[in-house]
Amino acid sequence: MKQSIFEIIRHERLTETVFRMVLKGDTSDITATGQFVNVQLSGKFLRRPISVCDWDQDTLTLVYKVVGSGTEQMSRMQAGEKLDILTGLGNGYNLEAGFEKPLLIGGGVGVPPLYALCKALVKKGLTPVAVLGFNKKEEIFLKEDFEKLGAEVIVATADGSYGVKGFVTDAMKGLEYDYFFTCGPEPMLKAVSAASECSGQLSFEERMACGFGACMGCSCKTKYGNKRICKDGPVLVKEEVVW
Amino acid sequence: MVNLKVDLCGLTLDNPLIPASGCFGYGKEFARWYDINMLGSFSFKGTTLEPRFGNPTPRIAECAEGMLNAVGLQNPGVEHVIAHELPEMKEYFHKPVVANISGFSLEEYVRCCELLDAQEQVGILEVNISCPNVHGGGMAFGTSAKSAAEVTEAVKKVTKKPVFIKLSPNVTNIVEIAKACEDAGADGLSLINTLLGMRIDLNRRKPILANKMGGFSGPAIFPVALRMVYQVYEAVKIPLMGMGGVQTARDVIEMMLAGATAVQIGAANLVNPCVCKEIIEQLPAEMEKLGIRSLKDIIGGAH
Ligand SMILES: Cc1cc2nc3c(=O)[nH]c(=O)nc-3n(C[C@H](O)[C@H](O)[C@H](O)COP(=O)(O)OP(=O)(O)OC[C@H]3O[C@@H](n4cnc5c(N)ncnc54)[C@H](O)[C@@H]3O)c2cc1C
Ligand SMILES: Cc1cc2nc3c(=O)[nH]c(=O)nc-3n(C[C@H](O)[C@H](O)[C@H](O)COP(=O)(O)O)c2cc1C
Ligand code: FES
Repeated sequence: MKQSIFEIIRHERLTETVFRMVLKGDTSDITATGQFVNVQLSGKFLRRPISVCDWDQDTLTLVYKVVGSGTEQMSRMQAGEKLDILTGLGNGYNLEAGFEKPLLIGGGVGVPPLYALCKALVKKGLTPVAVLGFNKKEEIFLKEDFEKLGAEVIVATADGSYGVKGFVTDAMKGLEYDYFFTCGPEPMLKAVSAASECSGQLSFEERMACGFGACMGCSCKTKYGNKRICKDGPVLVKEEVVW
Repeated sequence: MVNLKVDLCGLTLDNPLIPASGCFGYGKEFARWYDINMLGSFSFKGTTLEPRFGNPTPRIAECAEGMLNAVGLQNPGVEHVIAHELPEMKEYFHKPVVANISGFSLEEYVRCCELLDAQEQVGILEVNISCPNVHGGGMAFGTSAKSAAEVTEAVKKVTKKPVFIKLSPNVTNIVEIAKACEDAGADGLSLINTLLGMRIDLNRRKPILANKMGGFSGPAIFPVALRMVYQVYEAVKIPLMGMGGVQTARDVIEMMLAGATAVQIGAANLVNPCVCKEIIEQLPAEMEKLGIRSLKDIIGGAH
């Protein structure tokens, strides 16, 4: 965990409501894919948790959707502006879970953390398949980025305007995989878990205050005991989740 | 050289800064950010006799200059705290700690205090009387002078450690309750706990918090907290730990001028994990600017 100041070096719109922000700063405490950062915004009391979409030695990429006043404020920020960010939060995905054919399933703003994960899996010599779900064609983002990594990408849209019509679980039918990684809205996580015979890891969201395990604001019950989504999560394994 | 030391019921604190209960866990998470031994002390998470999971989520909502929480006293229970948290705490915190205690019946308060009284790491018992009284019709212990005095009297019988009663601001007359606690033998008072508040999600047209209502804290409540500390200071002789919305060195000084001997910091720790460290580092310069040589001298200085 680290608190430091990042400078925006690139900020672009990916869809009408989704933005990619690339920041320069100290990323040394980001240790795993699936972790998140907590972003301070001026005039907002609580920080905003956003997944690490990608990072390297000195840059951090966040992909976020404008859903309220904080993310709206963020979307108006420009290159050169600075943000106070807590990094290295959460457990992240465990890549040593023993698998050969991993399937990544992302829904909406659950897609960003799977990008860094996909990159890491490719680096391990695997060829992940990514199923990305969106409402409609205009809302698709990061598809080409996953393809550039060498992943096979299958898109599902709820209205059928692109790719498979329906939910990610419709696009998952018939796919062969021996492990899954997923992030997205909770009903989707549940459906993905139910549709998969194999084990997997799921990334959860919860309203947070601290984001580093101090306030018990984000607790959930699991089969392995009470956990804090921010500290013991956001990634839980399929077997421990209590739906 | 300025002097930051204050005396609190026989304990000498290196400075008046005490992270507030529920906003500092057992200190472990913060010990990763800085050496928490620089604090005056800290108040650990509200402890009950039995383990509690607390309320369903969402437990957190934001508001202008503050937040709401409805954690619902999640804690592993007093026995677990004594068997696991306190021994672990020894590794990274070497000062007397403030043990925050909650209960839903008089017996529960008494038993918790008894067990924690036996722990040498505990310097002060801070008894949170904001919980509903299961035997008293569900009204919080802290909302009537009579039940507040009953809790005070009962716990004082089982401990030799200083007892601070933590007052709820959700009352018509906090002074009356403060006096009742003093008369019942309290060694000091902590105030304020959170104000009862609420937010509604406009899209769902339902309260944001699963518990519907929650405790409002953060900088927005500072004037209310300060006013209550000021009023209570006028009415009692026992020392006060003032809290509510404090987030800067100047706020600490203001709270002390109102009458606080020690100053607790809650929600601010959650958004800036190093806030207490920064305040301790900034206090000497602020004191010098204001011509304060010793913090001890300014307690209640605004009266
Ligand atoms: C671990 C984690 C990772 C996340 N990763 C991403 C990401 O990569 N991209 C992305 O677009 N979004 C992500 N989110 C969701 C993001 O945190 C919220 O969309 C954002 O906080 C909304 O802020 P706002 O001010 O625009 O909304 P408002 O509704 O105005 O916010 C009010 C309060 O509610 C909280 N809040 C609102 N919605 C959510 C939510 N869905 N989850 C948690 N808190 C919420 C805010 O943090 C704030 O405290 C993530 C959430 C978590 C918990
Ligand atoms: C997340 C959270 C949890 C809290 N838990 C407790 C608790 O267990 N016991 C208690 O006495 N007070 C608890 N409080 C109240 C604080 O200790 C403090 O009295 C209050 O928040 C006002 O201070 P602040 O404005 O600096 O946060 C909690 C506050 C917050 C924000
Ligand atoms: S948000 Fe504070 S413990 Fe998770």
